[in-house]
Formats: sequence, C-alpha cells, structure tokens
Amino acid sequence: MNHDTTTAFAAEDLRVPNSARLLHGWFATGRATDLAEHLARYGPAPVGTARSTLADAVERAGLAGRGGGGFPTGRKLRTVAGRRGPAVVIANGMESEPASRKDETLLSLVPHLVLDGAVLAAAAAGANTVHLCVPRTRDEQAQRLALAVDERQHAGIDPVEVRVHMLPHHFVSSEETALVNWLNGGPARPRPTPPRPFEKGVGKRPTFVANVETLAHVALIARYGPDWFREAGSPQTPGTTLVTLSGAIASPGVYEVPMGSPVGQALAAAGGPTRRLSAVLAGGFFGSWLPVPLDPAAPARGAGVLVALPEDACGLAETAAALAYLGSQSARQCGPCRFGVPSVADDFAELAWGQPGPALTERLDRRLGLLPGRGACRHPDGAARLAASALQVFSDDVQRHVRYGPCSHARDPLVLAIPDARPPAEEEWR
Amino acid sequence: MKHEAELSIDFAACDGHGLCAELLPERIGLDEWGYPVLRDAAVPPALTDHARRAVAACPVLALRLTRTARRKARRAAPRR
Ligand SMILES: Cc1cc2nc3c(=O)[nH]c(=O)nc-3n(C[C@H](O)[C@H](O)[C@H](O)COP(=O)(O)O)c2cc1C
Repeated sequence: MNHDTTTAFAAEDLRVPNSARLLHGWFATGRATDLAEHLARYGPAPVGTARSTLADAVERAGLAGRGGGGFPTGRKLRTVAGRRGPAVVIANGMESEPASRKDETLLSLVPHLVLDGAVLAAAAAGANTVHLCVPRTRDEQAQRLALAVDERQHAGIDPVEVRVHMLPHHFVSSEETALVNWLNGGPARPRPTPPRPFEKGVGKRPTFVANVETLAHVALIARYGPDWFREAGSPQTPGTTLVTLSGAIASPGVYEVPMGSPVGQALAAAGGPTRRLSAVLAGGFFGSWLPVPLDPAAPARGAGVLVALPEDACGLAETAAALAYLGSQSARQCGPCRFGVPSVADDFAELAWGQPGPALTERLDRRLGLLPGRGACRHPDGAARLAASALQVFSDDVQRHVRYGPCSHARDPLVLAIPDARPPAEEEWR
Repeated sequence: MKHEAELSIDFAACDGHGLCAELLPERIGLDEWGYPVLRDAAVPPALTDHARRAVAACPVLALRLTRTARRKARRAAPRR
C-alpha cells in the first residue's frame, strides 16, 4: 500500500480541479483511460495483499456506499469475507435513477478503476467471480466493458473471472436482491429479505454487492491508503463523490466534489444557478426536495444527484410526474407498493393539474403513512419520501393549488427529465 | 425483554386475503386496498396463541412469527 501519489495525481496540472480523484485522468487528458494508460498511471491493482488488509483499509478510510444507501463498505466486505464458503461480487452499474449519469460516466472514462476495485473486493471477500451488471439500454457501453475485461484477461492481471451482464432497466431492477434474482435465472425483481445477499446471494453464496463508484474508490484506497482517502471530505464523510447536476444551472453534468459538500457549493462547481431557484432535488427520484435559500450546512446526500428547480417552475407538477413514473415502476409484487404508490401519484396529479378539494391533502397524508416499510424493497419508502418532502417544501403552492387550481406554470415543460411511465410487461423483467 | 415474539409480513407473498386482521385485530388492521397494517410487531405472551392461529390461517404463508426473547441485540444488516 501507500504507492506514490505523484504520478497519478500531478498537482501542478492546472486543468484538474483539486477535488478530482476518480476523474483526474479525464481532466488531465480529456479522454477515456485505456488499460495501458491506466497501468502507467496507477500500476497494477495490489491483489496480492493479505485478505484482511483491504477490508481493514476500506474500513479505516470510512468509505460509505455510493449507490444511495451509504452503508459502510468495509464492514460489508468484512461480513461477506467472514462467512463460510466461496463468495461472489456484484458490481452494480445499473444506475436506474433517471437524473443520474455518474455511473455511466465513470464506466466510460475509467473502466479499469471500477474493474480493479471489483477484483480487489473479490480477493478480499474470497470470491472467484465478479458480475458487472449494466443496463441493457446501454449496450454499447456493455460491449466496451466486455472488451476491457478481455484485455485484462489477456494481460493476466485478474486472478478472478469477471463477467459483464446486461439486465432489464426498470427502476427497481437495480436493487440488490433483484440483481441476485436475475443472476440466479429469475426476473429482475426485488425479493423479500432475509436472506440478504451477503447471507445468501448468487448460487446461494455470500454475495458482496457494491455500486461501481464505491468500487472505484476501493481501487484507490488499496493503492494510497485510508489516510490519503481522508484528505478529502470531512471526518464523518470522508473522500470525494460523484454528483450529477442538472436543471437551472450553467454547466449541467457529472462532477467530483468532496463528500459532504454543502449543496450550494456543489451547484457552484457547475457554474451556479442560471435563474432564481425555489428548491433543489437532492438524491433524485429517491431523494427529497430542499428549500431555497439552502441551509448552508445541508450536505449533498443521496445517490449523487442534484436538480436545480427555478422559481418559475411548478414543484408540484414536477413531483407528480416523478411519482407517476415511480408508480409505473413497481414490480407489482407487494400490494402496498402496487396500489399505494400509484394512488399517491394520482393524488399528486390531482393536486398539480386538477381541482383538488381540501380533503385531498388529508388523504395524501394518510396514504403516505402507509408506504414506508411495507415492501420487499424500499421502493415505496423512496416514493413516500419524495412526496412528503414536496408537500413540505412547496406547502404554499399546495394551498394555492387547493384554493385556485393549477398555477400558471403547472403545464410548462418539466425541468426533470422523466422516462416513460409505462409499466414493464411481464416478459420485460427477464 | 418485554415481549417474546415478533410478527412480520412478507408483502411479496401477501395477497390481501385479510384473515390475519380478522384473527388478530389487536395487532393487525387493513389498509384501503385490503393489505395488512402491522400496528405493533411485538406479541406479548397473552397474544401468542391468537398470533399462531393467524399465522396458520394465512393461505400464502405471508405472516411470520419469530421468537425474540433470547436474542440480544440484532446485528445491523446492510440495507437501503
Ligand atoms: C428501488 C431501488 C433501486 C436501487 N437502484 C440502485 C442503482 O441503480 N445503483 C446502485 O448502485 N444501487 C441501487 N440501489 C441500492 C442497492 O440495492 C445496493 O444497496 C447498492 O448497490 C449497494 O452498493 P453500495 O453499498 O456501494 O451503495 C437501489 C435500491 C433500491 C431500493
């Protein structure tokens, strides 16, 4: 460990923002990093180090999962490593969050950092197979990744088998039990827990599931150590994180910022707002609306997504459309999700575009209380969180809509880019 | 330990038959779509017989009763 950081992170390079680690090569060269360049910059992944060393380093680094849950990666790795029998690693590159592009960007620009991280995690967990899962809709990317894996195999740098899979791309298909279920030959639908994947996953084996960005950080921690990792971010939220910025900001795109950066600072990285904002959606469709003016201390959390909503947009219409999409994406297994999320979406549609009576908000409040904790996965919980935050942050708009009907912006083109709210057909889950 | 058993519902299996709410109204209600709402998962000794009957009555085995008395702290599990 503790390789020299000077070759990889040439500090005097003025093109590179201070916070760039994963995206350093991109800023320095302006192109994707191939295997030769990757090896020249970072050297080979230290897969030979003792099994416990990597889990230790990741734990001391304080790395938390970048797939949205924020679970401590080191602890998860240690748990899987400590279970009986050979393990399996899943790299989650599905990125079903519609407002996020970070995983796609990462896999395009630095695929070998992700692959290094997955292979290192496999070595540490005692796994001999890595499954890299990407959405079927991004088939060109999947092909490029398969070539990258072949190239590594020819170079003989991976001690484990790495397989690239293309899965159905529905919102809940990227949830970890859905990935496991698909890899086991079933539909990409979440399954009830326990057992969680770390107990019994692919082929009934203990399975370590991590987001691809999380794995890329693992690849750097394995080389430069936990202290280096902690030089960015705060003691509670160390490291850097990728965030996708969109909406009313100067330069929308994917940025790398210190973990725990205040939302305002993250927006500034993309040139700041282009108009006066009313709110920011933090964490995407699975996140919450934050009111503007922003709490200066509020950190950018969630699945690394920030959408800046301008004052001349209707937050209720945006939320109603997002909820309609989430409702369509239920795997239709659990009653409270299957009926509850669409009902809440219908209520919101009435609130945004219809003639809502005063009874509507009461009904919404009651229905929102009936979603959390009542599904095999946390899809209903996420939808409820988004809806509840909208009612709170846009409470003045709620009152106006109830009293006077839709506001003048309710029918404007949406700021959020919302995929088709079409429920997948039965055969589309496989 | 105040209670010795805990109820849980497998919502992926549950079809909303509603028998559990009929047999164990002390703990289970129904939402507007007919699916069970667990008011309190903890089952005191006085209710275990009723709870067992409700578990047995579920046609799709979606209701579960697990002992909790002797288990100490539950280990935190990775979850989003
Ligand atoms: C409905 C739903 C969708 C999810 N989608 C993703 C996803 O697109 N990508 C991802 O990495 N994790 C997703 N997750 C979280 C995964 O289940 C899992 O916790 C994560 O991949 C673990 O990686 P991490 O510890 O590195 O965050 C989703 C969870 C839920 C409940």
